[in-house]
Amino acid sequence: MKRRDIFKGAAVAVALAASGPAMAQDESYTIGVAIPSATHGFMGGLNYHAQAAIERLEATYPQLDFVLATAGDAGKMVNDIEDMVATRDIDALVVLPFESEPLTSPVQAVKDAGIWVTVVDRGLSVPGIEDLYVAGDNTGFGRVAGEYFAETLKEGDNIVVLRGIPTTLDNERVDAFSAAIEGSGINVLDMQHGNWNRDDAFNVMQDFLSKYDDIDAVWAADDDMAIGVLEAIAQAGRDDEMWVVGGAGMKEIIKRIMDGDPQLPVNVTYPPAQIATAIELTALGLVSATPVSGRFIIGSQRVTPDNAAQFYFPDSPF
Amino acid sequence: MSNATDIAAEAPAPRRRFSLHVLGPVLALIALIALGASLNSNFLGYGNVTNVLARSSFIGIIAVGMTFVITAGGIDLSVGSMAAFVAGVMIMSMNALVPVLGIGVALVLAGMGVALIAGLAAGLLNGVLIAKVRIEAFIVTLGAMGIYRSLVTWLADGGTLSLNFEARGFYRPVYYDGILGVTWPIIVFALVAILGELAMRHTPFGRHCAALGANEQVARYSAVKVDRLRMATYVVLGLLVGLATIMYVPRLGSASGSTGVLWELEAIAAVIIGGTVLKGGYGRVWGTVVGVLILSLIDNILNLASIVSPYLNGAIQGVIVILAVVLQREGKSTD
Repeated sequence: MKRRDIFKGAAVAVALAASGPAMAQDESYTIGVAIPSATHGFMGGLNYHAQAAIERLEATYPQLDFVLATAGDAGKMVNDIEDMVATRDIDALVVLPFESEPLTSPVQAVKDAGIWVTVVDRGLSVPGIEDLYVAGDNTGFGRVAGEYFAETLKEGDNIVVLRGIPTTLDNERVDAFSAAIEGSGINVLDMQHGNWNRDDAFNVMQDFLSKYDDIDAVWAADDDMAIGVLEAIAQAGRDDEMWVVGGAGMKEIIKRIMDGDPQLPVNVTYPPAQIATAIELTALGLVSATPVSGRFIIGSQRVTPDNAAQFYFPDSPF
Repeated sequence: MSNATDIAAEAPAPRRRFSLHVLGPVLALIALIALGASLNSNFLGYGNVTNVLARSSFIGIIAVGMTFVITAGGIDLSVGSMAAFVAGVMIMSMNALVPVLGIGVALVLAGMGVALIAGLAAGLLNGVLIAKVRIEAFIVTLGAMGIYRSLVTWLADGGTLSLNFEARGFYRPVYYDGILGVTWPIIVFALVAILGELAMRHTPFGRHCAALGANEQVARYSAVKVDRLRMATYVVLGLLVGLATIMYVPRLGSASGSTGVLWELEAIAAVIIGGTVLKGGYGRVWGTVVGVLILSLIDNILNLASIVSPYLNGAIQGVIVILAVVLQREGKSTD
């Protein structure tokens, strides 16, 4: 099915607007969703929210069909997308590219076939392919955390930073963080990669604690890493000395912020539920005349004990 | 090279004299310790030494078992995923048993039992497929690696399996406490290493492993029960994976799809750095222990020193691993 059919559908929708969103439509649509498999906490949450959004939309719009494929590497994701186009005749593709470079030309091919393309979170390496781009705000993620450090710490206070897997995404976050604390007089003792992994973060933090006698705060930059960091601090018995800011909004961490844990004063969101935003918007574009093309950047918000309840999803695995 | 010359070259050499290829890994270890001590005054402090030894213990315990598997001419790529899977099963069973057993010694013992049984079963499965069904060890364990990794991700629903909070508080001392300041993981690792060294040097099991790895036909004609022995090496390794998991779970109290990633390669690398021959026939447990310590120390020193860009950590690790083995090669060529 070609993209002009989307407009035909949209035209029908306009014509029948009076009969409401649940109108019976002859035309049915298939939306392909390609996302990385649930290899770590954040992707687990993303998978959960993708499935939840699909269930919700299938119930709301009987004319919509979904194909969900999860891939463990970029090659498999390309195969999944090719299969969706060849065998399932999709009308729209929602894709979170495993890696930008290898996915760019396959997604370009999908686009050239006249299929609506929604890209989530990681951009493609050539701009302008996607009809809709939905993403979290990596710069904001670093900046919001950095602003909290700059507001809370005094001049001359010492912090250590754990970085993720070396990627442009990680660089954007760290650069924004560094820019936000610039001029505040905060002393960054060290930055090392904890690879968004609990065990690696635990080891790195143990070594930071051996190396530095005076640490006032830790930017763990991710909630999985924050868990490892907190454990290393507890082992060294230095709980009262420093606080930790993670990120992404893992439910266990949000819970502790809700409870007012002094070691975890705030968190910064980078919601895995952004996949739901992308799927919902894509579906909305297919079944209605609502314009959904463009860029949709989900802001990174500061989670404090006061507003934590609205970020707490006890059923999500993340 | 024919098998006959292999045996002639390898078997008698280590007994004759202490050449460079025996001391190579030890020299590398001493050099690393000297480097670490010169870069940071806290390096030889009690806290740092305890940290490094304790975090080495998981891979160390597994690597001792891996030494026997490799000595007997096998390989096991599944141990990292298996550890994650065993940790997942252990956490889920302990959570399920909390209402029955309550928080206490019984619960922890039950969890340990589950871990050992799960490890043993997983090792037995590998062993049966390799020794009885006669599928290549590489393929069986490569398959198992994918299976256990997927299973733990599935069990965790893509997220993280966390141990019940009170149970974890009770179990936590197993990683963090010990006797006379030596923590339990270090004690267990030391015991496993000593028993492994004794088994390799002074028991028929160790000698048979070397015989099997050197030449299966000769071992068979020498009345070694080859299939049973091969299976036993994988079962022992599985059991040790269970033991390593018992030490791992109290540390962070959680398991996920990213637990134990690449442990298999670190364990295999440690075994080879330690002087065990990758194609089998000769194994050295104390060498493996040295290999494990070398690998952990490299990471530790890089974190403590921050002399180079963290992007290059992997490259430095690679260079040191290759150098440690080059030292042995030079020794060998003079034989």
